[in-house]
Amino acid sequence: MERLEYEFDGGAPVAPRNRPTLTGVLGSGNLEVLVEPADLGGRVRVEVQTAAVGFGAIWQAVLADVFARWQVGDIRVSINDAGATPAVVALRLDQALSDHTGGGA
Amino acid sequence: MKEWNRLGQNRAARMDRAAGLARGKLVAPGDIGALLTRVIEPGDRVCIEGNNQKQADFLAKALAALDPADVHGLHIVQSVLALPSHLDVFEKGVASKLDFSFSGPQAARLARLLSSGQLKIGAIHTYLELFGRYFTDLTPRVSLVCAAAADRNGNLYTGGNTEDTPVIVEATAFRRGIVIAQVNEIVDAVPRVDIPGDWVDFVVQSPKPHYIEPLFTRDPAQISEIQVLMAMMAIKGIYAEYGVRRLNHGIGFDTAAIELLLPTYAESLGLRGKIATHWALNPHPALIPAIEAGFVESVHSFGSELGMEDYIRARPDVFFTGPDGSMRSNRALSQTAGLYACDMFIGSTLQIDLQGNSSTATLGRIAGFGGAPNMGSDARGRRHGTEPWLRAGREAGQDGFRGRKLVVQMVETFREHMAPAFVDRLDAWELADQAGLDLPPVMIYGDDVTHILTEEGIANLLLCRTPEEREQAIRGVAGYTPVGLARDKRAVENLRDRGVIRRPADIGIDPKLATRDLLAAKSMKDLVRASGGLYDPPAKFRSW
Repeated sequence: MERLEYEFDGGAPVAPRNRPTLTGVLGSGNLEVLVEPADLGGRVRVEVQTAAVGFGAIWQAVLADVFARWQVGDIRVSINDAGATPAVVALRLDQALSDHTGGGA
Repeated sequence: MKEWNRLGQNRAARMDRAAGLARGKLVAPGDIGALLTRVIEPGDRVCIEGNNQKQADFLAKALAALDPADVHGLHIVQSVLALPSHLDVFEKGVASKLDFSFSGPQAARLARLLSSGQLKIGAIHTYLELFGRYFTDLTPRVSLVCAAAADRNGNLYTGGNTEDTPVIVEATAFRRGIVIAQVNEIVDAVPRVDIPGDWVDFVVQSPKPHYIEPLFTRDPAQISEIQVLMAMMAIKGIYAEYGVRRLNHGIGFDTAAIELLLPTYAESLGLRGKIATHWALNPHPALIPAIEAGFVESVHSFGSELGMEDYIRARPDVFFTGPDGSMRSNRALSQTAGLYACDMFIGSTLQIDLQGNSSTATLGRIAGFGGAPNMGSDARGRRHGTEPWLRAGREAGQDGFRGRKLVVQMVETFREHMAPAFVDRLDAWELADQAGLDLPPVMIYGDDVTHILTEEGIANLLLCRTPEEREQAIRGVAGYTPVGLARDKRAVENLRDRGVIRRPADIGIDPKLATRDLLAAKSMKDLVRASGGLYDPPAKFRSW
């Protein structure tokens, strides 16, 4: 297991009344994503627990692209990963952020 | 005085040595070793029928059990090496040289035998290429073939899995070679004559029915959302765009997803009758829902697929079937259809380099490639025009009287265990060095590939005008692999503006809508249901 942490400059803060949302399942090659409001001064914090060790740079690149697409702020994203490919990670995050904000990128 | 019938005299000598072992053409299973020892001479070219599906397993085992003091130095000319016995002949010292096409299940052991010097490889061929050589410089002296049934005159019924049998027998029998067939049963009258009896010298009833591999069955339950997304992109961005009606699908979950999206997603786009009507394809179970929905007009097959027999029999307007009702497949003719009469090949791969060369060879495994290079290549001898072919030719900037076959490589940017599908250098090169091959075993050459489809987008290589553009187009769909991350972002955006690279959004696809709900069948049981109970999956695919 590896634990990774990232922060991104956010965009528009998500309304703090949004409830935490959980998207995805923790099956092999898949991941679950918890998105919750947090007072982070407009920033986004991401914590990743992953079964695949040594892919920090790829996580950084995938997450940076996702949060360039999704201009949101004041959220904490917790990811529990069981070896998902970057394609699955990006798709699941899009779904998770859509679930949480009730809208599209 | 020149002797003009040495082959015939040699054949007669072999048949004389075998005299007394057969009653008519029938040989008892217990006498098979003696028969092989008497009719095979050291150094012979021998063909063991090794198909994708039906296997001459009894004869292959018998050959491997011969005493190398009697029989040695054989040169095996065999399309597919599927069984351990196909390599035992080399380990035992019965055979020493190999010319072949595909060795998927035995790829790792083949590489080991090669490096230990127990065999020499002539070449790794495409199917059509090896078949062509059966009629020139690699004609078998003795062939060991496989059929479902025979009568006492040696007439063979090959059933749905005719596959390679006609090619092997024709090459051998008409050059005074010896043909030995193993059959599941000996009957008074075969359901139909697939091979005439006077081309067959000996028939042996195998103690067990021949082994058949259900190679083309994919359980829909294992198809991922990413594969659904890529299938949507293929259908809307390529099939609909070019109006592809005549095609071949490679093997795997990526193309199974396309087959299962025809009755749902393609139907919703109004594409029934406009795409995917004529196929060169094994009878994939995943195609059942599309056939039932009226998408498919015809399917000609290389071989059959276990469990599909009754369904095929009930759909004679779709499949090529004999007067007896069962399917007649033929690998050589279906490969010809795939090469000359299909406008598109789409299939998966394991590695793609910056020139678009595509390979399934990885270090320590010599897998060969079977038919993909024939289907996945532009047929420069083609002379009939169709709209997809002509449009591809126009996009390539060709001179107006020549089209191009669409050759699509479909691959997720990372395979399992995060192995990148895009690489600077194919493993095939190192493999060629290690194995002393004349050529790296590249499955599809970059200059034949027209489109690369990943979850990130479609790169249309036809529209690239320089090697640099081509490289950036490939990097531009290579995702987060090192090759993808090293892209020139401005060049890639420029290619996107020109439509050389198209993202899902550019073709009007929302990735969030790519869910398994779009699959016309989500499980094996759904496929059985879609077939009206006619499809009978092999036990290993049954979970109920």
